[in-house]
Amino acid sequence: MGISRRTALKAMAGATATSVATTLAPQESKAALVVPRPDALGMLYDSTRCIGCKACMVACNEANDLTPDTAASGGLWHMPVDLNEHAKNIIKLYRDTAKGEQSFVKRQCMHCLDPACVGACMLGALQKGDYGIVRYNPDLCIGCRYCEMGCPFNILKFEWSKAVPKMVKCELCRHRIAEGKGPACCEVCPVGAVIYGKRADLLAEAHRRIAERPDFYVQRVYGEHEVGGTQVLYLTHVDFEKLGLPAYGDDSVPERARSLQHTIYKGFIAPVALYGLLAAVMIRNRKSSGAAEEGES
Amino acid sequence: MSAHTHTQPQPIGGVIFTRPVIILAAFAGLAGALIVWRFAAGLGATTALNDGYPWGLWIAFDVVTGTALSCGGYAVALLVYILNKGKYHPLIRPALVTSAFGYSIAGLSVMIDIGRPWLAYKLPLFWHWNLNSVLLEVALCIITYTIVLWLELSPAFLERAKSSSVSALRRLGEIGLPIARKSLLWLTAFGMLLPTMHQSALGSLLLLSGPRLNPLWSTTLLPLLFLLSCIAMGFGAVVIEGSLSALFLRRKPETDMLAGLGSAMRPLLVLYLGIRLIDLAVRGQLGALFAFDLYSVMALLEMALLVVALVLLASDAQRRDLGNLFRAAMLLILAGALYRFDTFLVAFSPGAHWAYFPNVTEILITAGLVAGEIAGYIILIKLFPIVAGAPRRALAHS
Repeated sequence: MGISRRTALKAMAGATATSVATTLAPQESKAALVVPRPDALGMLYDSTRCIGCKACMVACNEANDLTPDTAASGGLWHMPVDLNEHAKNIIKLYRDTAKGEQSFVKRQCMHCLDPACVGACMLGALQKGDYGIVRYNPDLCIGCRYCEMGCPFNILKFEWSKAVPKMVKCELCRHRIAEGKGPACCEVCPVGAVIYGKRADLLAEAHRRIAERPDFYVQRVYGEHEVGGTQVLYLTHVDFEKLGLPAYGDDSVPERARSLQHTIYKGFIAPVALYGLLAAVMIRNRKSSGAAEEGES
Repeated sequence: MSAHTHTQPQPIGGVIFTRPVIILAAFAGLAGALIVWRFAAGLGATTALNDGYPWGLWIAFDVVTGTALSCGGYAVALLVYILNKGKYHPLIRPALVTSAFGYSIAGLSVMIDIGRPWLAYKLPLFWHWNLNSVLLEVALCIITYTIVLWLELSPAFLERAKSSSVSALRRLGEIGLPIARKSLLWLTAFGMLLPTMHQSALGSLLLLSGPRLNPLWSTTLLPLLFLLSCIAMGFGAVVIEGSLSALFLRRKPETDMLAGLGSAMRPLLVLYLGIRLIDLAVRGQLGALFAFDLYSVMALLEMALLVVALVLLASDAQRRDLGNLFRAAMLLILAGALYRFDTFLVAFSPGAHWAYFPNVTEILITAGLVAGEIAGYIILIKLFPIVAGAPRRALAHS
């Protein structure tokens, strides 16, 4: 009895330790490499060109049938204070008067190459669809909001005001792409601050702009590598973090949980083995204590 | 296990609707009314939840802390069936009842918390499953385990049916009981596998929030730490439930057994603290641990509570002092609850302009659900053979 118990405990501890060790080990060394699909579409936002007119916000609401958020403007006009159930797209202002530094920033879904929200979603309501667009299907959404817990950019929003709520996020105007048009925000921008196209082309254009004015731009295209890469890319002349684009590493966000889950539950062998082991130890213990009929209840 | 001298479990009997039960039921009723309002008005109007903190009290307490507190059934089953400590056998049924209620409440809370519960029926549709989703594993495990827990209790219900005055119920008991007893071993093994999976997965949930989780909590070892601490909390909950039911039902407390549980907690706590500190050291976070900002103070408090619990449990004489043991159990439950609140709410930071503190509705619903759980427990042990041990006496008033 003593032996079987010890064996069982050792096996349990061993299984846990190996799974933890195997997931820890590759964690440190492996640089995330997420390869974008060749047809991946995206946007390039150049904060140095943006004039802050917010025409893109109005166009977005019109294209996506969103009601305006007039709470902060005394009922006058669409004036959300952040992305929310009325705003899939927003222009924010960063201003540092002491440094004499100022920039607008446009925020919407980044369409990550390996999105945390897609990894979170239980039934696949959020998925990487055509052109790598992170799309939302309310028919498979139970409203758990784990996607919001996961998204490193705080993009997904929930319709808190409704008794029958949905999630709200930019889907790169995929309903317009089907009609041969681009995202409403890109089409309406009067100064070309945000443009739309294939990610590969946009990335090349971004690097071309940096090469052309190396003293002006920050020498980095945000979204080229961050969290494994995103399909929306950013150029700016101020610190990206000032614009609310954190200095994340190159590892994709869902990879850590995914590799852990896949190690522990590979082929579902470990749970089945543990179940067999638990039952075997119970049977052995019951026999050895000779109280079969009492061992239950 | 044949050596123990305890009698078989028996219904406590006595008046069902005593004053405490009625008061508890009233709280549960109030929660019920508020739940109706929540579904009519939506989550925004009724809770303090927001897009920065989409998970609040209901997830952090009812689900994550509540199910860990409900690990009594799991912890005692490991002790009895795997470590072969048969003397703890009388603790199993009461522990299973609290576990079954705790998990049922957690399930109910989830249904209140999710925005689109009418689609929850799609969860078992395996062709939709996203196998990368830790939450899917948690959800399916918790649903299954809740069913397994009530099935593990089926012998208690069938024993009662067997002695019923209704002949149909008697026949159900006679036919059902042998089947239930035969399948119990397989169910119980399943009932140990499932918490091992989902209690650790509750920790894995926050791996996805890693970039926005304070480094003092953000570690790949989250699942292991959550698993160890839920077993410790399970033992703690059994000690508290055993002491309270002895007090309120005026029965002789099972001092031997409860002291033994106190002893079983110690290696768990040492292991948890050791892993936590080594992990922080390896990740170079010991400096942050002693920075004495909000995060450092919260993390230190979690660990300090456990250290005090260990001190209280140091000697055999201390563990046999029921008041002392009770305090130690409270401390380690508090530490476990704090660890879970810290991980899900304090360490998680969506940005400076977001804030969350549960509002009155959220708190009243949680309190009402807990009240309903306690009332259910009292009613169940009065009607069904759950509690074994000391002779019945002086029951009339509670």
